[in-house]
Amino acid sequence: MSDLPADAPLLTTPLDALHRELGARMVPFAGYAMPVQYPTGILAEHGWCRNHAALFDVSHMGQAWITGADVAGALETLVPASYRELKAGRTRYTVFTNDQGGILDDLMITHVGPDRWFVVVNAACKEADFARLQQGIGDRVTLDVLADRALLALQGPTAAAVMAHFAPASAAMVFMQAGPLDVAGIPCFVTRSGYTGEDGFEISVPADQADHLARLFLDHPEVKPCGLGARDSLRLEAGLPLYGSDIDTTTSPVEAALTFAIGKRRRNDGGFPGAGRILAELEQGTSRLRVGIALDGRAPARAHTEIQDTEGRRIGEVTSGGFAPTLNAPIAMGYVETAFARPGTPLRLIVRGKALEARVVSLPFVEQRYHRG
Amino acid sequence: MTTLYYTEDHEWIAVDGDVATVGITAYAAGQLGDVVFVEVPDDGKSVSKGKEAAVVESVKAASDVYAPVSGTVIEGNQALVDNPALVNEAPEGDGWFFRMTLSDIGELSGLMDKTAYEALIAAAG
Repeated sequence: MSDLPADAPLLTTPLDALHRELGARMVPFAGYAMPVQYPTGILAEHGWCRNHAALFDVSHMGQAWITGADVAGALETLVPASYRELKAGRTRYTVFTNDQGGILDDLMITHVGPDRWFVVVNAACKEADFARLQQGIGDRVTLDVLADRALLALQGPTAAAVMAHFAPASAAMVFMQAGPLDVAGIPCFVTRSGYTGEDGFEISVPADQADHLARLFLDHPEVKPCGLGARDSLRLEAGLPLYGSDIDTTTSPVEAALTFAIGKRRRNDGGFPGAGRILAELEQGTSRLRVGIALDGRAPARAHTEIQDTEGRRIGEVTSGGFAPTLNAPIAMGYVETAFARPGTPLRLIVRGKALEARVVSLPFVEQRYHRG
Repeated sequence: MTTLYYTEDHEWIAVDGDVATVGITAYAAGQLGDVVFVEVPDDGKSVSKGKEAAVVESVKAASDVYAPVSGTVIEGNQALVDNPALVNEAPEGDGWFFRMTLSDIGELSGLMDKTAYEALIAAAG
């Protein structure tokens, strides 16, 4: 048998002792020892998140405050979303782009108000992201990287009831709303968002109280711990791209079907890195697009699987693929030539030399259940 | 009489005369996590020691199952194809992958016995 994981010295999150106590299998991820799964396994964890409330440790991600008189204007020089219009207490997804219009990272930015903003970026990119913010807009804003905070995600259809138990005011929040909130008496910063397709919250908590808060959540009968393995299968079902797999510097936001992350005003005004290419693509389209793919058989198609048309011509490549526990079937995401991007288009995926029948389907694979109020 | 051998690739091979049954160990199944797909070789397929013979896929990743010795496949475990979770439930029993005839009994001498294999996984932590 091939490919069993190896061990290496790694950074740890404030919940490291808890993970080990819970029997997690720890794996290296973006330089951190992270729980890939707990003893119940990925399928059970995935199902628990779809039906109850799952607690994830995502403390490896980067968190920072940005303060200043015109943070929105400064941020807009680095990303294509509109932030001048974003009300205080609201979060908006965006991407850092490079001058070629490729994606350097995807991130969440919250307008805390009045002059304070909060950003959350991917673990593997955080040093580069913070350096980019400092170099790009450090003369206009103050960047305060939060090394002393953990980040928990509570996700699932009963996450709201659990949160309301510990933080009654959370009940009034809707999807992509955010603000400071006491959770079980601990001063946190809470966003109603997530990476599973379910309703839920991301909770930034002081590192020295993270273990205590996590244990309070886990004592609730609706809450079980979930690892990065389930986080990946959940986000894939929800159609959400993973930076480094589905999006990177070789993909533009338009190719990646992330045009919603490009603000309306910005489509006219530009003013962000790579705007030339990206605005032209919005106008004229792209030669390829990110799509969802459903396979007919049982065999999963993993990243880098070749995609062919029914004539056997190469038309693209899978960027994420696996097994969808909710659908009990293999699913994938990948890029295909634009002519083949319409839902229902038959494809062939070449797995171990065999052509597997598949078709384009619209994303998400599993309906997102955000609480939009 | 059946003799059980193990490989460094975390497979077991139960040999009875010149016929053997092959699977992955409980340790390997535990490391893989929930298995969602299995591909076993067809009857009559020639396999070579150390080369890919079957496929096992967890939610996260695909892994090859190697032939621990050379020979000819006489049966793939269809029950495993129909219910891949058998790999997790009974990796060293009903979760076997394939049966084969051995072309060179001498290849068995390079494999581990149970004691040696248990020492290997103990050392792996």
